[in-house]
Amino acid sequence: MEFVDYYRVLDVSKTATETEIKTAYRKLARKYHPDLNPGNNEAEAKFKEINEANEVLSDAENRKKYDKYGKDWKHGEEYEKARQQQQRYSPNQSGQPDFSNEEYSDFFESMFGGGKSPHNQGRSTKFKGQDYNAELNLELKDVYTTQTQILTVNSEKIRLTIPAGVENGQVIKIKGKGGLGSNGGPDGDLFIKFNISNHTQFKREGNDLYQHVDMDLYIAILGGEITVDSFNGKVKVQIKPETKNESKGKLKGKGFPIYKKEGEFGDMIITYHIKTPTNLSEKEIELFKELQKISAK
Amino acid sequence: MKEKNLIPTQILCLHYDIEISFVDALNTMGIIHIEIIEQNQFIHRDQISDLEKVIRLHNELNVNLEGIDIVFNLLEKQQALRNELNSLKNKLRLYEND
Repeated sequence: MEFVDYYRVLDVSKTATETEIKTAYRKLARKYHPDLNPGNNEAEAKFKEINEANEVLSDAENRKKYDKYGKDWKHGEEYEKARQQQQRYSPNQSGQPDFSNEEYSDFFESMFGGGKSPHNQGRSTKFKGQDYNAELNLELKDVYTTQTQILTVNSEKIRLTIPAGVENGQVIKIKGKGGLGSNGGPDGDLFIKFNISNHTQFKREGNDLYQHVDMDLYIAILGGEITVDSFNGKVKVQIKPETKNESKGKLKGKGFPIYKKEGEFGDMIITYHIKTPTNLSEKEIELFKELQKISAK
Repeated sequence: MKEKNLIPTQILCLHYDIEISFVDALNTMGIIHIEIIEQNQFIHRDQISDLEKVIRLHNELNVNLEGIDIVFNLLEKQQALRNELNSLKNKLRLYEND
């Protein structure tokens, strides 16, 4: 068991008065209270430490024990009882215990095995259980549709429905699935962060999807129909005559599902790349030259 | 069905050991919304976590109701900024991958 210097935790001296301890506790509690630091595990751990330190140092009896026994302060009473028992069964001449102060820790270790003392129970403050944080790695195509996953948290299986359209980095809260509360306090919550990697040809921004589509010169000039990919299959797109290179087109409702809005989708934005024809035949070169002449007139 | 999600304030006050006047003050300040049905006061169960937070801030940190209102507003702003940061990070990723 690691020794925790409660005086150092509250940043007070060993001779601090009750008021000084109370003031120091309140100041630190206001800084690290979990309600004021949502999702901050470090602050929560610090707050527990501060609470524990305050619990011991604000109670004159506990503080006395802590000052006397140090890290084994919780076993102080057991020690006293054991000492009295020892005296009853094998009293020595002086009536003093047969072991020195230095032996207390070893004695407690062997007698109580470092377990929790019942005297530590019964905190006055209701304390919410620890919040758990987990990360779930998904592919973009996985979150195109609503799906269910079974997570195992502290050997408990949790059925998690992941709504379609969840964002990368989005955090969802599952109430009451964190650590157990103490003294009747509520259980902590489970926070799941979604890491969504994208290995598709589409880029996602909010609910909209973006993609680049190659288009041949003739369709760009004369107009026509091309087929583009979308998340749920191929889509036919009408191209206007004289479409410029790098121009954009929007396919309404062909983007990503909108989070928790069933049946609603973002848009797909297409950037058209016009491919210049290569390996031209003599005939084609001749015709292009003809065109060049016409356009120069 | 909708009323199933409403909890009488009297029961909440007994459970959390708080005064009715305390809940009334929260309602007046707009921190908690009380619904009145046939002269009985109810709180929607979605607001229970906020109510618990208020009680903890009040009891454990001695924050008065005005302070709690400020804390709630700031936490809301903090959450909005976090969401915005997240969305901007995602946008940035869009260009970084180019």
